[in-house]
Amino acid sequence: MDEREIHYRVERLLTDYIRCIDDDRLEEWPGFFTDECFYQIIAASNHDRGLPVGLVYADSKGMLVDRVAALRQANIYEPQRYRHLFSAVAVLDSSDLERICVESHYLVVRTMQGGDSVIFSVGRYVDVVDLSGKKPLFRERRVIFDNERVDTMLAIPL
Amino acid sequence: MSNTSSLLEWPAEGLTRIPNRIYSDEAVYRAEQTNIFQGPTWQFVGLEVEIPNSGDFKTSFIGETPMIVVRDRDGSVNVLENRCAHRGALVCLKEHGNVRSLACVYHSWNYSLKGDLIGVAFERGVKGKGGMPADFDKSQHGLRRLRVELLNGLIFATFSAETPALEAYLGPEIFVRVKRVTNRPMKLLGYSRQYMHNNWKLYVENVKDSYHASLLHAFFTTFKLNRLTMQGGIIVDESGGHHVSYSMAAQDEAKKTEYEQGEIRAHIDDMTLADPNLIEGVDEFDDGVTLQILSVFPNFVMQQIRNSLAVRQVIPKGVGETELVWTYYGFADDDSVMDRRRQRQSNLVGPAGYISMEDGCIAGFVQRGIAGAGEERSVVSMGGAEAESQDTRATETSVRGFWKAYRPLMGL
Repeated sequence: MDEREIHYRVERLLTDYIRCIDDDRLEEWPGFFTDECFYQIIAASNHDRGLPVGLVYADSKGMLVDRVAALRQANIYEPQRYRHLFSAVAVLDSSDLERICVESHYLVVRTMQGGDSVIFSVGRYVDVVDLSGKKPLFRERRVIFDNERVDTMLAIPL
Repeated sequence: MSNTSSLLEWPAEGLTRIPNRIYSDEAVYRAEQTNIFQGPTWQFVGLEVEIPNSGDFKTSFIGETPMIVVRDRDGSVNVLENRCAHRGALVCLKEHGNVRSLACVYHSWNYSLKGDLIGVAFERGVKGKGGMPADFDKSQHGLRRLRVELLNGLIFATFSAETPALEAYLGPEIFVRVKRVTNRPMKLLGYSRQYMHNNWKLYVENVKDSYHASLLHAFFTTFKLNRLTMQGGIIVDESGGHHVSYSMAAQDEAKKTEYEQGEIRAHIDDMTLADPNLIEGVDEFDDGVTLQILSVFPNFVMQQIRNSLAVRQVIPKGVGETELVWTYYGFADDDSVMDRRRQRQSNLVGPAGYISMEDGCIAGFVQRGIAGAGEERSVVSMGGAEAESQDTRATETSVRGFWKAYRPLMGL
C-alpha cells in the first residue's frame, strides 16, 4: 500500500467516524474499533502531566457498547447534536499496516435544543489505526482536549 | 459579617421551605463571599500530594478569591491570597509549578514562600532619584496569609480567626469518615473541571440530596449499585452543615418495592453490562461500605463510589455560574490492577460519569425553572422538618442541614 493510499484510507476512516456520531448513529460507533481496543477522552493538562484519569475510559469494545446503551436507556441529558470538524491529518508512522500512527486536530460545535451553538470541545486525536483488514479500524483512539472546562456535561462521545 | 437583614425574609415554616430568590439575588451572592467563604468556615484548597516538594505550588480559589497553596522549605503548607500587595495583580499565573520565591511580574515585588515581602524593585530608586519612602515597612506589605490545617493529606484554610479547630468544626462522626477514605499516602490521578450554569448552592444541595440519587441516576439503579432500599443511611453533624450518605454492599432484600412495580423510570430489568469489569470492585476499607458521599460546609465534597475516589471543590463564578473541580486520587500503594480498576470506575463519575453527568445539568434546570418565581419557595419536607441523622436515604434531612448552618452566618 503506497503512502497516498494509506493517507486516503485513514482520512476516510476519520470522516466516517465523525459522520456516524454527528448523524446520531451511535449504535454503529463501537464498530469503528478493533475487538481489543482502547478509547479515552482526557484533558490535555492531565495527559501532559502523565495523570491517567480523564472523562471517558474504555479498554474493551464492550465498554463502548455499554456507553451507548447507557446513553440510550439510562442517562438523562437535553437534546443536543454535534458537528465535528477535523484537519491537519498527519500519518506519523506507517511502517506497520496493523499499527498506523495518526494524529489530527478536531473541533466540536455542540448545539442545544434551544438553538445555542458553542465550541464544546477542541483538541487532537491521537490514533493507532489498523489498515490490514478489509475495513480500516481504530486500535486506539485518544481524544485529548485543550478546553479544560467541560460545559455542563459530556454525554455523546467525541 | 456584613449587614444582611434586608436581603430577604426567611419563610415561617423554617428549614422545609427555601426562598427561590436565594439562588439568583446578586446581593445575597455578594454577602456570601464575606459571610460564608471568608467567614468562620474551613475551605478545602487542595491535596498535599499535589505539592510534594519544597517550592511546589498550585493555585486555587476560596469563593471568588484567588489563592496560592505552596509547600514551604520546612515542609509546612502555606495558603496565601494570590494578590500582590502593591497593585493587586495575580502573583502566580500558572496553575501549578515550582518556585524559590513568589515574584509578581508587574513590578517584580518578591515574596517568600510564607508570603513575606522580601524585595521591592528599585526600592532605593535609580541614581538617588525615586524609590520608596524611607519609612516604607516591607513587613506590613506581605501577601495575605490564612490559617491552615492539614488532615490526612487534605489542605484546609480559613480567613477567619473565629473558625473552630478543624476536628471540632467537622464533629466526631464526619471526622472519622474523612479519615476513612484518606487513611494512607495518596497518589494523584487527575483532574476534571466542569462549568455549570447555576448558583453554587444548588450543586451543594444536589450532593446532599440522597433522595434523588436512585431516581435521577438510572445507571446506578439499573446495575444495582445503589438503591434507596439497600442498607444505608445519612449522618448529619450537629451544625447541620456537614453530612455523610452511605450504603452497604449487603443484598437488597426489599422484594416488592416501587422499583419492581415498574413505577419508576430508573428500573430497567433486562439491561446488563457487555463488560462488567466496569463495576468490578474490592472492599478496600474492609467495612462493606460501597458508597460514601461526604460534604463539608459550605462547598467541599468527598466521594467513594466503589473504588473511585475523588474530592470536589465547588467554586462560585457569579450568582448563576459555578465551576466544579474534581480531583481524582488513589493510594501510593496501589498496584497495577488497582490502578486499572480506578481508571475503569472513573467512568462512573466526573462530567461524563454514568452516575454523575445528570448532576451537571439538573441544577441548571432548577435555575431556569425558578427564573420567574423569585418570591416562591421550594419544598424540602422529605423525612421531616429537622436536620438530624436518619437511617434511611429517602430523606432531605441533610439539605435542611445546609440551611441550618447557612442561615445564622447570613443573618437570615
